[in-house]
Formats: sequence, C-alpha cells, structure tokens
Amino acid sequence: MRPSPARLLNILVPVKRAVDYSVKIRHSMNPFDEIAVEEAIRLRERLPPGTVKHIKAISIGPAKSLDVLRTALAVGADSAAHVALPENAPAPEPLAIAKTLASYINLQNNDAAKVAKDGKVDLVVLGKQAIDDDLGVTGQMLAGLLGWGQATFASKVEVDVGRGEVVVTREIDGGAEEVRCRLPVVITTDLRLNEPRYASLPNIMKAKKKPVEKLAPSDLGIDYTPQLQTLRVTEPPKRVGGGKVASVQELVERLKGAGITGV
Amino acid sequence: MLRTSTRLYRPVCARAYATGAPPHALVFLEHRKGAIESGSLSALTAAQQLGGQVSALVIGSSEHVGGVVEQAKKLKGLTSVLHSTSPQYAEPLPEIVTPLLKKLLSDSSFTHVVSATSSFGKSLLPRVSANLDVPTVSDVTSVEHDVSNDSTTFTRPVYAGNAISTVSAPSSIHIKFFTVRGTAFAAAPTEEGSNAEAKAVEPVQVDDCPTEHIKTTIAKSDRPDLSVASRVVSGGRALKDAKTFESTLYPPCRSVDSGYADNSLQVGQTGKVVAPELYMALGISGAIQHLAGMKDSKLIVAVNKDPDAPIFQVADVGLVADLFEVVPQLVEQLKK
Repeated sequence: MRPSPARLLNILVPVKRAVDYSVKIRHSMNPFDEIAVEEAIRLRERLPPGTVKHIKAISIGPAKSLDVLRTALAVGADSAAHVALPENAPAPEPLAIAKTLASYINLQNNDAAKVAKDGKVDLVVLGKQAIDDDLGVTGQMLAGLLGWGQATFASKVEVDVGRGEVVVTREIDGGAEEVRCRLPVVITTDLRLNEPRYASLPNIMKAKKKPVEKLAPSDLGIDYTPQLQTLRVTEPPKRVGGGKVASVQELVERLKGAGITGV
Repeated sequence: MLRTSTRLYRPVCARAYATGAPPHALVFLEHRKGAIESGSLSALTAAQQLGGQVSALVIGSSEHVGGVVEQAKKLKGLTSVLHSTSPQYAEPLPEIVTPLLKKLLSDSSFTHVVSATSSFGKSLLPRVSANLDVPTVSDVTSVEHDVSNDSTTFTRPVYAGNAISTVSAPSSIHIKFFTVRGTAFAAAPTEEGSNAEAKAVEPVQVDDCPTEHIKTTIAKSDRPDLSVASRVVSGGRALKDAKTFESTLYPPCRSVDSGYADNSLQVGQTGKVVAPELYMALGISGAIQHLAGMKDSKLIVAVNKDPDAPIFQVADVGLVADLFEVVPQLVEQLKK
C-alpha cells in the first residue's frame, strides 16, 4: 500500500488586472496570471486527490481588482484575497507588490490555526510579466524577499510532493533549462506552460459564494508610495507603411533598390 | 504608512559622499563557451552612457573565467574587471549569485548595477534589488544620468512597445538596477590600448541552495543568433511545415516560425526583440505582440493573402499574395 504523501500543497496565485489587447479599453486578468491560475488547477487535477489542499488567488489594487479574483474563483480557485488600494492611487510598483505578498504569506504561515487547516503556503505561481508595464520582476523580488528558490519562465512544472520538490523546465535565451527546486518555491509562468480554460456559467455563479478576504494596506504594513517617477508616456515614432507592390518581380526590384540581394 | 521592516535587508553602508559624485556602474558580463554574450556588451555601452566609471563582473568556473577576463580587459571604457571563480558558478543560479552580488555591493560604492535583458539578467537583478529595497528597471532603451541631483532617467517600452515610458530614478534610490535592451545599444568594442585592472573576488559559497540545475538544452543551429542576425525571415501560422520552408531560404538568414519552432526562435513582446537590416514577414498578420519584437527593423517586407492584415501598416514593402506561390518565385528572382 502506498504511504500517504509527507506533505500537502498550499498554492497562492497572485493575479493582476491589466489592459486587454483584444478589446482596446477593456481590462481583464493579465494573460500570464491566467496561465498561473490554470497551472494551479491542473496541479490539483494531476496530483492524487487531496494533495493540493488549497488554491487562493490574491490581487492588490482598487475595487475593480475583484473582477479578476472572481474570474480566478470561477475557473477553480478555492478562495481569494483582495488587498484594497484607494481608487485613485498611483499604480503599485512591483517591489511594493512583492512586499505585500511576502507579508501576506508570512502572516498565513505564522498563523497556527491556518497552518493546521491548510498547511503553509509553499507554492506561489504568478505570471512572468504584466502585459501593461512589461516589467517582469515581481516573482523574482518575492522569492528574494522570502529567501525562497525561484523558477522563472516556466514552460513545464512537475511536482513531487513526497520529496517536497518541483522540477521546472524554463524557457531561456536560445533554448531550455531544467531546474529542481525544493518547496517552498516561487514559479513564474511563460506562454507555453498551458492554455487556460474558460469559466462555465454554472461555475461563474458558484464563484459568487466563494470567500474573498478583504485586507487593508495597514493590515500588512506596506507603503505603496512609488520609488520611480514616470515623467511621461509617449507614442513611439510611427512606422508608416510603404505601400504594396503588385508582383514578386516588383518586390525583388524594391529589395535590390534597398541594397538587399540574394546569395 | 509604515514601511514593512520584516524580512528586508537594509543597506549596510550609508552613502559616504555627497551628491555630485560621478556614478560607478557594475556590469554583469555573461559568457557562453568562453565568449562574452553580445547582450552584455550592449549593457556595457549603456553603463558607459551614465558617465563615470564602469566595472565589469565575470563569474564562472575555472575553465572559462580566465579567458573571459582577458577578453574583458580589452573592452573600451572599462575601469576594472572583477571576477569570481567557483564550481558553483559553472551553471549559475540566481539563488547562488545573489549572495555574491549583495556582498560586493555592500563593500563598495557602486551606484548602478546593469545587465542585458537576458534570461539570467532578468532572473537575477530583481532578486538582488528587492533585498536592497530598490527597484529594477527592465529593458531600457535609453539612459541618462544627472550628476547634480544623482538621478538617472530611462526610457523603456510598455504596452508591448506601443508606448515609450520615461521614468526617473531619483537620488533616494541609492543603487539603481537596470537591464538593457540589446537592440538599443551598440556592443562595446575592444580597443588595442585598453587594459582594465583585473580583481579577483572571493566567491560566496552557498550551502543548502534550494534550487539545483539539472540541464540546459540550447537549440542547435549553425545560423547566427536571432537577435544579431542581419536578415530575418519570419513565418506565421500559415506555414505548417518549418522544414520545407527552411530549405528554400538562403544564408545568412535566420528563420522564425512562430508556434512551430522552439522558443529561441519566437519574436514578439515576450520572445526576442530583433532589429535586423531586413525583416521578411511571410503569412504573418501583424498582431501587436509580434510587432513589438520587430518594429525597429530597418526594412520590413510583408507577404500575406489578406490585404487588410495589420502588418501592411508597418511594412515598407507589401505584397498581397499566397506565400506558398511567392516564396519559390522570390528565391528564383533573388538568385539572378
């Protein structure tokens, strides 16, 4: 008879509400965070039933952040947490987000009752970057603050709960890298990790009953004053199309005119 | 509001000099198989534009460090080359390198830490900067330092390159970390007379690292790296068979096949950024995320069946045609 695993998984998925490119003025969950939520759910489906004890989504932002938390709940997260920022506050910086997450995780993991119920948070999965600021630093900062291992740009995640390890395949310049990380660990998701599912209407309705914990910045002792100053955001020099040609012949003429010849 | 104080490393030394002192940047020089990565050379150029001194850091195993240091010493504008050798640095991990960097930064007067926007640079710098309670500015395309008020101003692409953000890191950010977009800065050259001082740094042994490197697989190719190829031919979903396509290309092209090739060949917002002399987009519609990776190419040529494909708005030369008919003809014509 197989012995039961020595530990269970308690997954935290930070998610961000960002601009949706498919519909210009719409906001939705940052696509890489959608992939993170999906991976948490797939881990639950892949591993023996009961191994993933809890999946919680967390977002830091104004009231509208609740939208993305509801989405996460609808696709399968068990609960959510919202750290509410004032409506017109400047966008929080990655370091402030990382400090918030670190503070939240420490609060959870030092709470005997919570640990007895769900175990310590031992896996954080989040997107490798947000598609609005394209900074891509939050996961690494969080791992650094916590002193945890990190596996960025994950394209494949395999968990061995018995050994308390994950093996992650990472997308790197020119190829791929495989690393083995002891739990607890921070993983950031890359595009090819998975394809997120859509929430079904029944699940969207059920999600309304799932608990959303509300926190104020003062609960976690974080200062969200930005360190960097954004001076301006401008359009890049516009690239204007040069027009079309009618045939391959003409195309080649133009190429030759620009000094490009074949070999 | 209180700043959280648990789990943060406070900087050990206070800035001893007044503002007005020139900057001193530390550039992380990456290398593979004994050769310095071109992205790191672009990072070096960016660091030099800060004004002031620039030092490089080379880490690795005893097999490679010596040779790389000798090459680095000849780079133009470098004051010193710091180097640290350890078997732990052979396949470096951010968890292993972070303690070394923290020690270096606490024992010195570096004002800036710079790397390429490489997989490793991106993974390492924010981990270190968070420990020092400062941000990392990613993928900068320009940099300017003002000595009078100790502030550095950067530009960087946001919204998949649809906008340029200008941000300023004021003097309150005591060490400014940033990664550099390779296509925005020319690689620093070597100079015959240059001979930077080499300084050995004791490695910081990390016992009980939570992460272990298993293996690295680099896509094999005899063609130049995508980010430095002068001509790039890119194929979209219309191309079902990458191999057929590759056989009709001529060197020194580097082909890209979104979705059908490994990630070393992906161009776009979250893949490679390229700025070659010639970029041929075949059967590519021109989604925002793809454009982000190739908009700075000198000449963009597009072939697509759909006359309304967005790619035609940025292409210098466009041809509405079936690429499977066009490509063989193109190859024929170019051979003449």
